[in-house]
Amino acid sequence: MRVGTSGLSLNEKLIFEHSDPGRTGYSLPKLDVPAAKLQEDLVREEVKGFPELSEVDVVRHFTRLSTWNYGVDSGFYPLGSCTMKYNPKVNETVARLPGFAWAHPATPPHLAQGALALMFALQEALAEISGFDAVTLVPAAGAHGELAGMLMIRAWHEAQGRPRTKVLIPDTAHGTNPATAALCGYDVVPVSSDGILTAETVRAAMDEDVAALMITNPNTLGLFESEIVEICEAVHEKGGMVYCDGANLNALLGIARPGDMGIDVMHFNLHKTFSTPHGGGGPGAGPVGVVEKLVPFLPAPWVVREGESYRLDEERPQSIGRLRAFHGNFGILVRAWAYIRTLGAEGLRHATEMAVLNANYIRARLEGTYHLPHTRRSLHEVVFSDRDLEGDCHTLDLAKRLIDYGYHPPTIYFPLVVKGAIMIEPTETESMEVLDEFCDAMLAIAREAREEPHKVKEAPRLTRVSRLDETAAARKPRLRWEEG
Amino acid sequence: MEFPEELKYTEEHEWVLIEEEIVTIGITDYAQDSLGDIVFVELPEVGAILEAGKPFGVVESVKAVSDIYSPVSGEVVEINEELVGAPEVINTSPYEDGWMIKVKLSDTAQLDDLLDAEEYQEFIEEEV
Repeated sequence: MRVGTSGLSLNEKLIFEHSDPGRTGYSLPKLDVPAAKLQEDLVREEVKGFPELSEVDVVRHFTRLSTWNYGVDSGFYPLGSCTMKYNPKVNETVARLPGFAWAHPATPPHLAQGALALMFALQEALAEISGFDAVTLVPAAGAHGELAGMLMIRAWHEAQGRPRTKVLIPDTAHGTNPATAALCGYDVVPVSSDGILTAETVRAAMDEDVAALMITNPNTLGLFESEIVEICEAVHEKGGMVYCDGANLNALLGIARPGDMGIDVMHFNLHKTFSTPHGGGGPGAGPVGVVEKLVPFLPAPWVVREGESYRLDEERPQSIGRLRAFHGNFGILVRAWAYIRTLGAEGLRHATEMAVLNANYIRARLEGTYHLPHTRRSLHEVVFSDRDLEGDCHTLDLAKRLIDYGYHPPTIYFPLVVKGAIMIEPTETESMEVLDEFCDAMLAIAREAREEPHKVKEAPRLTRVSRLDETAAARKPRLRWEEG
Repeated sequence: MEFPEELKYTEEHEWVLIEEEIVTIGITDYAQDSLGDIVFVELPEVGAILEAGKPFGVVESVKAVSDIYSPVSGEVVEINEELVGAPEVINTSPYEDGWMIKVKLSDTAQLDDLLDAEEYQEFIEEEV
């Protein structure tokens, strides 16, 4: 069955354009107390541009807009690197338990023991999964976790009395890594790899000015960095630290532990590996795991257990300090904990095995039609290029045509080391039927490119709007609604 | 695709026009073609000191964000202000109106490392 089809799609105006003066979504009883006079300079005659609508107007407005959306609950969402995993509904049920959902962040610890117990257990579970000595749950997202991790590395070097200036980043690392290093005041030194980083390359680039190597394992090509142990040794020999971007941890659960490979710091993307929602830009959570020597530098507060009770440790003299208000995005932590406990150790390992199997299944079905720039065995994602796409069609055209077939397009033109890259990550939840339908669509598009390339170049055609002018949108964006 | 004879080139796809101690720098026709529609350019300020091999600016297209590397060391004496409002000029005229910065050289010996048009063309053919 082809997933993408056409149907009636309802148009919708901006909410400001619906407004009719005096229309409301509420009715209040008659005033039966004397009216209080407001201070005159606080009163406005009119709030300009403030939409006035009835309840049904508002409901229809947002319901219609929601039908224009595509999410992992609508269909297959194979966005490489971003890991758009299905979010099991049991996570939501657990996060809505009143004791969790209604907990106020300022509740004193002795009245929040359940919440603190969950946080402590999650710290311990993440430490066990990753092989690190300690974990902080404070950072609010993956990039925030990176920042926390690199600040700890910087604080450690400073505490040794020899701050350093450079950070090595291979070309297959995650895209946010150079920004993090720069934000921590380091000079970024790009390191070339040929898909896999070698210890020899790292050794040649290492010197006593290098604070850390930031690596992603498996890397953004979906390939396992097989020399990781030697790479860590090469960095440690010169007194540097190894930071691992944990974005791809979902390829390792229950099989290999970054802490055992010699890595010193790693962040976890709970919204990737541990199935919490990506949400409309948040909230996320980016816990960070560290080796023992970095524990004194963990951000405050840190959940600790004393006997049978739990408390928030704020007295941490060497800590990099507070990273945000309160203790982390607690609701997200609950969901991640639910995922870990639902699956258990065997289930997590099975999730990784299925993620890897699914990526390799897609690879096996598409290899031969689509060019595979790196032929080593893939882990949880696979990167093709548009080299063999005919009819002057490119990756962008392929991605747009996939929309017509009913799929959210995968990540395109990333990683940068592959020209015309398309990066597919199916994740563990997809059945063979879904993978086959997707692969059939990919193969059909390759055929269309050869025989009827206009269909690919003009895509998407079944959507509410056809191909948008991305260049004009970037060069001359119109970001504000104006009346009239 | 054009590669004017009078220019020198780098393996990072910048071109250099040498006029005594002042050089003009931009990105090549091949670079703009690979990047696609350019939507944003970030250039250094006049007076900035550049070091050969280090990034001096950023060019963003609908596909990707890329650093622009300085082929030479020296001081920025002029920047192409036009590009800020009209980055598309780099696509339409990479060697003329799309020039990016002018630099007063501090070390003329660095110019010897640059490629000529023929060498650059061979380099990109290999890269493809």
